[in-house]
Amino acid sequence: MKKLVIYLVAQPETPELAQAAVEGGADIVELGFPFSDPLAEGPVIRRASERALARGMRTNACLDVLARTRALLPETPLVPMTYAAILEAYGYERFAADARDRGASSFILVDLPVEEQPAVRRIQLVAPTSTDERIRAAAEATDGWLYLVSVTGTTGARTEVSPALAPLVDRVRAMSAVPLYAGFGISTPEQARAVGELADGVVVGSRAVEAAEQGTAALRDFVASLRSAIDA
Amino acid sequence: MSSFGAYGGRYVPETLIPALDELERGWREALADDAFRAELHDLLTTYAGRPTPLTPAERFAPGKRIYLKREDLLHTGAHKLNNALGQAVLAQRLGKRRIVAETGAGQHGVATATVCARFGFECVVYMGEEDMRRQRPNVERMRLLGAEVRGVDFGTKTLKEATSEAIRDWITNVETTHYLIGSCVGPAPYPEIVAELQSVIGREAREQILAVEQRLPEAVVACVGGGSNAIGIFHGFLEDEDVRLVGVEAAGAASLGSGRPAVLHGARSSVLADEDGQIADAHSISAGLDYPGVGPEHAFLRDTGRAEYRVATDEEALAAFQDLARTEGILPALEPAHALARARDLDAELILVGLSGRGDKDLAEVLERLSR
Repeated sequence: MKKLVIYLVAQPETPELAQAAVEGGADIVELGFPFSDPLAEGPVIRRASERALARGMRTNACLDVLARTRALLPETPLVPMTYAAILEAYGYERFAADARDRGASSFILVDLPVEEQPAVRRIQLVAPTSTDERIRAAAEATDGWLYLVSVTGTTGARTEVSPALAPLVDRVRAMSAVPLYAGFGISTPEQARAVGELADGVVVGSRAVEAAEQGTAALRDFVASLRSAIDA
Repeated sequence: MSSFGAYGGRYVPETLIPALDELERGWREALADDAFRAELHDLLTTYAGRPTPLTPAERFAPGKRIYLKREDLLHTGAHKLNNALGQAVLAQRLGKRRIVAETGAGQHGVATATVCARFGFECVVYMGEEDMRRQRPNVERMRLLGAEVRGVDFGTKTLKEATSEAIRDWITNVETTHYLIGSCVGPAPYPEIVAELQSVIGREAREQILAVEQRLPEAVVACVGGGSNAIGIFHGFLEDEDVRLVGVEAAGAASLGSGRPAVLHGARSSVLADEDGQIADAHSISAGLDYPGVGPEHAFLRDTGRAEYRVATDEEALAAFQDLARTEGILPALEPAHALARARDLDAELILVGLSGRGDKDLAEVLERLSR
């Protein structure tokens, strides 16, 4: 079974949204802790982050949302995804400990290269531009699965699955047996199915954030459409 | 990789790390290559107009001996061209023919558009819409030079957001594109590259002031936004321990004066940020200083005590702007007007001031403020 990972920006209503995503068939939920200057994000997640910050979603509030989500979803892996700036302020090891305490399975730092903070175990990312040497280091250091950035670019919907993904999957598989979940630029059921044929899991972010803005029912339906496409 | 103590680094998505490694290698090779230095020297001399003069400003500050390092007389009207030319030669060596840049006051955008015209590169400049409004002439100049100016209409609509969008463009087009950053900020090796390319200001100024005064200045004063003209002039005097290095920030954008360690645009530095690491808004009449971050080397120089940093208000800068115009016949940009404001009340007699750019771009903003 291919894994389906859904990204949501942490907000007060996120626990119920995460529950809806799991009802729709999500296996893992990523919780975006918003940062004011998120370099890897396209317009959808950038705007959602701005709105969340305007509602006061700072680090402690995000950790509370994580804890409430864990209370609703005792079995689902929950993975905070954020930027180094947040942990620079909070403390790397303190964040790792507090996030785990509130129910995080691991976490992702979008802008912290693998060679930085090696003691802080986290899910590493590789991109089509990564060298073999960097892929090997990320695969060795990563926590459970490796995040494949499928496009050379920022988050957000694309019309096609990136042609860079298949060669990236081949390169990583030649070096490592770690599970590979691909994200960035995957938004439709058709794309999710195509990516599921290459990788071990599919991450959907921007389109899920848009569906979540329509409420729990819209998100549940959207996730269910991804699930059935991946399982077909 | 050069180190600025606890500051600097590469806090960027993995997609960019190989490009930064490539840039670092290309930069090291260029520095070691006499042909690179010769080509850059030739461009700085025959195209940019170096060396720029040193002008005594006797009527501006009676009782002091203030010398102005006249980067306002450089082609395109500001020190930014020193860096843009150097990085253009570097981009050519790296085989990159598309350039992206951010701009605040528009001076770096104009310098970038200029070198792209000169080298035949495609050029895209990101600029906040608030800055496009207050620096209109520079927007028109960039377009006449063949650049595409892309307005950034979210967040602060100023340099901070323009920089983020330029980096996002670079992430998307990294295989064909060189990011021509305009200040000594950003992920390594950019702060080091920009400082080295701007250090021509300090090297020239040191020789020039020794030739006129037969001694070094007591203090070197320069404005600091991201900090590239200041780092360039400071580098000429870093080893001269008796020479005070004084950076002047805008009072509403004092990253060094009131910031805290935080990460912005790929580097750890002193940043206007809250206790959670979220970046705060800066405010300045001067678009070029209206930035919540600063180059990591400045944070390092502040912590080690080698440089000191002060602030000037919008009103003090405006007053210095008008006074330099009326006493010396020079319209400075609003950015170095901050340095002029602090230089004239500094407790020193022989002072070198970095006059980083000319004020033509600021006329609309200044006239509007003076008519209130």
